[in-house]
Amino acid sequence: MADLSRRPDPEELLRRVQAEERRERRGRLKVFLGYAPRVGKSFRMFDEGRRRKERGEDVVVGSVQGDVTPDIQAILSQLELVPTIPERYAGREYQVVDLAGLFRRHPQFCLIDGLASDNPPGSRNPQRWQDVENLLGRGIGVITAVNVQHIRERQDDVARVTGKRAAYSVPEAFLIDADDIEVVDAPPEALLGRGDQTGLPDARQLAELRELALVLAANVVDRQLQGYLTSHGIAATWGVQERILVCLTPRSNAAPMLRSGRRNARRFHGALLAAYVEQENLDPEDRRKLEANLDLARELEAEVHCLKGGDLVDAILAFAREQHVTQVFLGHTQRDKPRWFSRSPIDRLIEEAVDFDLRLFPHGDRA
Amino acid sequence: MSAERKGRLKIYLGYAAGVGKTYRMLDEAQALRAEGADIVIGYFEAHGRGDTIAKTEGLETVPRRAVSYGGSQFEEMDTEAVLRRRPAVALVDEFAHTNVPGAGREKRWQDVRALLDAGIDVLTTMNVQHLESLNDQVWRVTGVRVRETVPDWVVDEAEEAVFVDLTPQALRNRIERGVVYAPEKARRAMDNFFTETNLTALREIAMRHAAHEAEDKLRPATARAPSGRRERILICLTGSPSSAILIRRGKRMADYLQADCIAVHVSGPAGREREAVERHMSFARNLRIETHVVDGPGVAAAIAGFARDQRITQIFMGRPGPRPVWKRLHESVVQQVVRQARDKQITIVAQRG
Repeated sequence: MADLSRRPDPEELLRRVQAEERRERRGRLKVFLGYAPRVGKSFRMFDEGRRRKERGEDVVVGSVQGDVTPDIQAILSQLELVPTIPERYAGREYQVVDLAGLFRRHPQFCLIDGLASDNPPGSRNPQRWQDVENLLGRGIGVITAVNVQHIRERQDDVARVTGKRAAYSVPEAFLIDADDIEVVDAPPEALLGRGDQTGLPDARQLAELRELALVLAANVVDRQLQGYLTSHGIAATWGVQERILVCLTPRSNAAPMLRSGRRNARRFHGALLAAYVEQENLDPEDRRKLEANLDLARELEAEVHCLKGGDLVDAILAFAREQHVTQVFLGHTQRDKPRWFSRSPIDRLIEEAVDFDLRLFPHGDRA
Repeated sequence: MSAERKGRLKIYLGYAAGVGKTYRMLDEAQALRAEGADIVIGYFEAHGRGDTIAKTEGLETVPRRAVSYGGSQFEEMDTEAVLRRRPAVALVDEFAHTNVPGAGREKRWQDVRALLDAGIDVLTTMNVQHLESLNDQVWRVTGVRVRETVPDWVVDEAEEAVFVDLTPQALRNRIERGVVYAPEKARRAMDNFFTETNLTALREIAMRHAAHEAEDKLRPATARAPSGRRERILICLTGSPSSAILIRRGKRMADYLQADCIAVHVSGPAGREREAVERHMSFARNLRIETHVVDGPGVAAAIAGFARDQRITQIFMGRPGPRPVWKRLHESVVQQVVRQARDKQITIVAQRG
């Protein structure tokens, strides 16, 4: 999930400003994110439509998915419907969102169920989420619902859990660009007790999918938070996410630090960074060791940074602050005796590290 | 009173007042009632919200108990009456609530445990910021120190936790429309705690916590350190006020890494610190951390020795406070431990003030 956890760079800020401008003309997008079928996404989506209509907003339904439960049917009877157009292609039935009809009708909000559907060849767009983009582009707000199983970038995770890949998928960027994302949660047990069980993952798989959905939502929310802080000129030194920085030197016993950092980052669903301070005149042996440590860092999917600037402690402190780091990992000094009047880098870090935890690692292999 | 089967606890978890926890809980209560379950309301806080009150229709309520304190009347759940009524399921709002002194148990979660012990299933609601382990993080992010907290082990006993989500914007709209608080209180809430940044950050904390809980249910009971040994975390307690942060951080780390967690204090000459140390020790025990006291002579040597005897893998210590220049000629206790326990991982915990 490194793509979501990185802090904004200038390119990204530019993209954000452009997105802001685009957003002013675009309709609002709200996505209900669930972790499995029958978790209640569609109900929540249509119920929101009903409430908006009761408050006087102009809401229509653009697509309805699958078997409609009685409680959803009760809501639908109160809402205006622009029906999907049934099409047949190569023996398969498709339901295509009536874009032309919706453009003509031009409501404030359109409810689109079954976001991860595809359209038959020859349609305006291959997939329904692209239809939604068109609606938003015309200034029509969209409320829609999707399962984590249908997010393209999560397909590897999903396949690891269920052994299956979804046939059609929605790019994660679609979620990141949404104005609002809301999680629809229910305990896995409740899903298992309900109706037809065919094709539904088992309890363990459901729990793992649930975790995936919640972490995905948290990462999207983290993006929104950072975006909000940046656009309001608020410099936050804190973060909600654990961000672990492993400091590497040629002599450090990197493997246990990096492995522990990776494990920590995984357990906290946080980010792992590794940094070294650029040193000139490294002898070839040290250069080789440093390279090996950096290779290991990359192998463990750490984001590797090279810090410029002479003083080790100052460089680490500045970088940690800039990156909202919450834990810094460093090797113990090899010196046995304290040296009077000249404090070691570790002593200085202990005294100056106010914002993050400092964890010192033994030099041996015993950690 | 002890039943053959302990009741099951289900928690509706949110990130702020007004996201719809109570509403979702009542929804479930109505579904259970429709299925014929014997369900009662033990405690329910309406906050004058019409749609929520409508959801209680047809549900039996056990009347609350009046408690007078400091010349005023308060109402608490009548736990003994619920126990006598003995329903299959009881609905108890606001899990983190602190009872008025003299009302029996100190905390509502203790009342709930009494119901569970009697074999009654309980549905309850809670905001994530009331979790003890998240107290510092919430403080750091929002500037608010939440006073009513629930130890994590109590919440971990829940069989199910359901995350109730709402976007911060929708929540702020609800507050603006007066759905959550009375108008004057709503304005104050919006300006202080319920800012968009605070709500977004709390929501992210809640999502990450819910994800962690979901994952936790999947894992085997024990985890191993990379070396194959079980991780053992030692928290070094002093009388310093920052010890509370240190305890929460060490315990949170231990919980996430499924490590053992113990606390030690090196007793010095009896003095003014004793009371503070005792308070920290009892706080640690409340979080189910095993506590020890060892004797000097040297603090660092005692910690290093204890860590060796207890096969500790990680030592957690607070940052040494600012020291005058002349004292820097001598090493701080932290620096001494760093030097004397060099085969251990040592974490110096930030104060995050």
